[in-house]
Amino acid sequence: MKTSNSEVSAQANARGARAKAARPAEANNVFTIDGREIPFEPGQTVMQAALTAGVFVPHLCYHPEFRPHGSCKLCTMKVNGRPTTSCTLPAAPGMEVENNTTEINDKRRLLIQMLLVEGNHFCPSCEKSGNCKLQALGYALGVMSPHFTLFYPVRPVDASHPEMLLDFNRCILCELCIRASAEVDKKNVFALSGRGLKKHLIVNAESGRLADTDFAPTDKAAEVCPVGVILRKRRGFAVPIGKRTYDLKPINEQADRFKPLTPLPKEEF
Amino acid sequence: MTAPIRKLRVATTSLAGCFGCHMSFLDIDERILKLVELVEFDRSPITDIKQCGPCDLGLIEGGVCNAENVHVLREFRKQCKILVALGACAVNGGLPAQRNRLDLRDILEEVYVTEDGLARGSKIPNDPELPLLLDKVRPIHEVVRIDYFLPGCPPPADAIWKFLTDLIAGRTPVLGHGLLHYD
Repeated sequence: MKTSNSEVSAQANARGARAKAARPAEANNVFTIDGREIPFEPGQTVMQAALTAGVFVPHLCYHPEFRPHGSCKLCTMKVNGRPTTSCTLPAAPGMEVENNTTEINDKRRLLIQMLLVEGNHFCPSCEKSGNCKLQALGYALGVMSPHFTLFYPVRPVDASHPEMLLDFNRCILCELCIRASAEVDKKNVFALSGRGLKKHLIVNAESGRLADTDFAPTDKAAEVCPVGVILRKRRGFAVPIGKRTYDLKPINEQADRFKPLTPLPKEEF
Repeated sequence: MTAPIRKLRVATTSLAGCFGCHMSFLDIDERILKLVELVEFDRSPITDIKQCGPCDLGLIEGGVCNAENVHVLREFRKQCKILVALGACAVNGGLPAQRNRLDLRDILEEVYVTEDGLARGSKIPNDPELPLLLDKVRPIHEVVRIDYFLPGCPPPADAIWKFLTDLIAGRTPVLGHGLLHYD
């Protein structure tokens, strides 16, 4: 069962892309996504060019204000036949890219299902519902079930901070809070600890409690969480359910929200 | 929609659920008159039939929290050609699964023995008629094969209607924006 977003067949795309690539696209900074010509500025990634052109790209660890991370793999596209994370790949003239195809979206659905079973994602009791990217991508891609066996991990919440709440149950390890706290806030409040299945988000204090750090609600790290881990207390339902970001319009119709900033942040490839 | 040659037989049940999905089902309001032209109900809280006979479609609300839930779920799988997980609890355990991080013995001790305000001599119920609790609440796809999932807490009446009419008409059910909800 799928939602109504149209996925084009990979074969039809490849045909369209080949037909267009016959023209000397190399001269211009242009490549194709699903047969559509996408212009780019030198230095832009495939994902940045796509978002600038209004083509939605599913993502969780990407944020327009931060360097690409390439860890969530949801932005994976097939570039000249090879699956690649589009957030880390510099655009090049003449590339033939597949994005919104059944083959790739099937893989994205699997990634989302694996995230859903690894954590405790109970939307009915989550304050982030309607503003959550994981949930919104589930809707947009038509993820109807968790499919796998649920882990039900035990992850106590940290409510020690007077203004902020950490609910680790929903963490997807995108590291956005870690990057924001280190690069923007210069506080290094968050980190990942452990390996493999035991990898988890920790708070950088001897006690391990958020209250014992200099974390503040005005920090960049307080606003970048794509899911419902970092929450402001007493604000949960200031905007009612049904009127939230992805209630109004599906996330795949909001490519503009994620457009890269100009000028582009300096990338190192 | 034209009526099928034979009415489809539908069974419904609520396992570890709150009957909210059944209430949402009844929220299709007067469309239920159209529905009963197309289907007839077998085992369901609506009919009060206790055993499930051969059915075309089974709707399961709630996850699996005790031995009786497992028994009923297996009976539905045996009798129903198509089995549907209806609502958040059937899909991922939902609210009842919030107890999964706790030890079952500790929960029973607190609720029946150590909690304030209990009657004197209160103890953990141990009647042989009571179904044994499972140590964890599980979603139903971990126990039997499930053909379709309809998430939501509860799924909106319009989603249930869209799902049923698609299925009865022989189409792959498609919900789309606004009807597909995990909350």
